[in-house]
Amino acid sequence: MAVSVNEAVSAGPAPDQRPPGRRRRGRGRVAIEVAVLAVLAAVMLFPVLWMIETSIKENRDVYAIPAKFFDFTITLDHFKDVFVASGGGPSTLSGSFLNSVIVAGVSTVLATVLGVPAAWAYSRFSVKAKKDQLFFILSTRFMPPVVVVIPIFLMYRQVGLFDTKLGLILIYTAFNVPFTIWMMKGFVDEVPAEYEDAAMLDGYTRLQAFWKFTLPLLLPGIAATAVFALIFSWNEFVFAIFLTSSDAVRTAPPAIAGLIGGTTVDWGLVAAASIVFALPVLVFSYLVRKHLVAGVTLGAVRR
Amino acid sequence: MAGIEVTSLHKRYPDGTVAVEHVDLSIGDGELFVMLGPSGCGKTTTLRAIAGLERQTSGDIRIGDTLVNDLPPAERDIAMVFQFYALYPHLRTRDNLAFPLRAEGLPKAEVEERVGEAARLMRLGPLLDRRPHRLSGGEQQRVALARALVRRPRAFLMDEPLTNLDAELRADMRTEIKHLQGELGTTMVYVTHDQVEAMSLGHRIAILNKGRVEQIGTPLEVYDRPASLFCAAFIGSPPMNLIEVELADGHLRSKSGLALTPPPNLPRDRSLIAGVRPEALEVTEPGAEGSVPGRVVSAEWLGDEIIYVVDHGDQRDVRVRMPLNVRFAADAPVGLRHTGGPPPVYDASTEELVA
Ligand SMILES: Nc1ncnc2c1ncn2[C@@H]1O[C@H](COP(=O)(O)OP(=O)(O)OP(=O)(O)O)[C@@H](O)[C@H]1O
Ligand SMILES: [Mg+2]
Repeated sequence: MAVSVNEAVSAGPAPDQRPPGRRRRGRGRVAIEVAVLAVLAAVMLFPVLWMIETSIKENRDVYAIPAKFFDFTITLDHFKDVFVASGGGPSTLSGSFLNSVIVAGVSTVLATVLGVPAAWAYSRFSVKAKKDQLFFILSTRFMPPVVVVIPIFLMYRQVGLFDTKLGLILIYTAFNVPFTIWMMKGFVDEVPAEYEDAAMLDGYTRLQAFWKFTLPLLLPGIAATAVFALIFSWNEFVFAIFLTSSDAVRTAPPAIAGLIGGTTVDWGLVAAASIVFALPVLVFSYLVRKHLVAGVTLGAVRR
Repeated sequence: MAGIEVTSLHKRYPDGTVAVEHVDLSIGDGELFVMLGPSGCGKTTTLRAIAGLERQTSGDIRIGDTLVNDLPPAERDIAMVFQFYALYPHLRTRDNLAFPLRAEGLPKAEVEERVGEAARLMRLGPLLDRRPHRLSGGEQQRVALARALVRRPRAFLMDEPLTNLDAELRADMRTEIKHLQGELGTTMVYVTHDQVEAMSLGHRIAILNKGRVEQIGTPLEVYDRPASLFCAAFIGSPPMNLIEVELADGHLRSKSGLALTPPPNLPRDRSLIAGVRPEALEVTEPGAEGSVPGRVVSAEWLGDEIIYVVDHGDQRDVRVRMPLNVRFAADAPVGLRHTGGPPPVYDASTEELVA
């Protein structure tokens, strides 16, 4: 008899076969849910919407009382100001953005390059006191940056890493490696070791087996992990403000924060800078959204 | 092709687990050698040590004339089929097969020829362009076997390759593997915890228990004369009845009085246990000649035979295999007698075969 398991199991009631009363109640509930969620979303997202509006308003509309919700003239001047200095040439803010790109990018790459093989090793080999080691690695993340920033500041001043991009890159890498190891270990655990065993019997060394078989299967996991690391480095504020002093090194978060606090605040510029700052994170998260949730194995292994 | 020689193998994992206590195996060239044992007895560990995927704590492994203790898996020229197939998920069947050959750096034409040959042997033609996730379990298994074949290794190692298949397919694949091994004449070490598989496949069977070899022998030897109580209780379904016996006036007798033909040279001064196969017993009408009185506890109908569980006044009930034409109702008073030749007899304290 050839009854496939799927057919036999999926014989549950299809949605349309529900009794009519229940369906109506279901529809009413959906309407309420949608309404509640819409209100919630509007409340939650209001600051963001307001920021977007402010970034494209002219300054006199920004300060208008009562506030203008819809009838303002649209301008992109603030965005121009983010990148171009008033006398022409690149602005200090654009320099900060570039610093952020370099610091976040390099530290993420470093954390990935160091963390992925480490995670693989922790997953595949029996290491002495593995649990304790992993706990120790993670424990470096228990401390909030504010707690350690003063000693690090003092050390950095001694060794000449204060106010250098290298200093920031190192500290961000140090913070991201544990995270990468922990997250990637989960992904490596998911990839059956038999792939590597098979590859080794097929004539490859262990490292080749890792490189050729496990690594490709890990790519989605690596992408997801790297995006998290990138977002951490990109958003990081405490170290950035304590460990840098010059505009040449300063990254975007402290630079944007620095826009607020003079005698007058150019809110349009602050809003535009914030949007430019938020955009890469949104784009990256969107690009890897599938991998952020997807499982890694491709279903070739039957357990 | 080559034989495999395992001497005093001992494997202790870093966490302290002793997976293999002491294993000696001498596997002949071209032999289909089965390692059989319950879960956790160290079969996989032994196999992985032979493959080089696990380094033994002590002991020697020879493949052919080569001492391979220090050789990495890649240089042992061995192919292994895993319980979980381990087909590379991102490669199509064709490339999965070609992979080990490309690793060897064979010219393209030869790779294609060998892949074609393996595909023909395992009837994979229509599957060559599919990826593993689009293959059924049985198909994946055939691909995994084909991948082991293409390299023409000196030996095959199989770690429960059929466990994930349903019963019917398993029987088919069993026949196929046996046929293939005969055809190729390549040494094969086959690990399983399924005794039917072991019996039907193996030229010889090694029974492992707690990291030790309990017995090595042909399926017939293993079935007829299990070397220890463990083997006696492990092989056969239902397994042997283990009956406490005493030697009295030239007869082996159980406490209930059931008489068994005694094997020659029985030691006298020990407590003994006889291993009696269910087919060496017979349920009779009560009071039949040479029978002891008993009572049917239950009857299990297996299609072409019935297994009776009979209480004959001994500590343990016995199982008796009977043809369909003799029927007794549950709870019916019956007779029980021994019909076979001398059963294997074990020392109750050492659990070893004594006669
Ligand atoms: N990597 C490991 N680290 C520590 N202990 C292990 C490891 N692999 C196996 N063991 C232990 O070694 C013993 C033997 O394991 P092995 O996998 O060889 O058993 P097996 O006979 O193949 O069993 P099964 O039939 O369940 O596959 C078990 O007790 C197991 O828990
Ligand atoms: Mg096993």
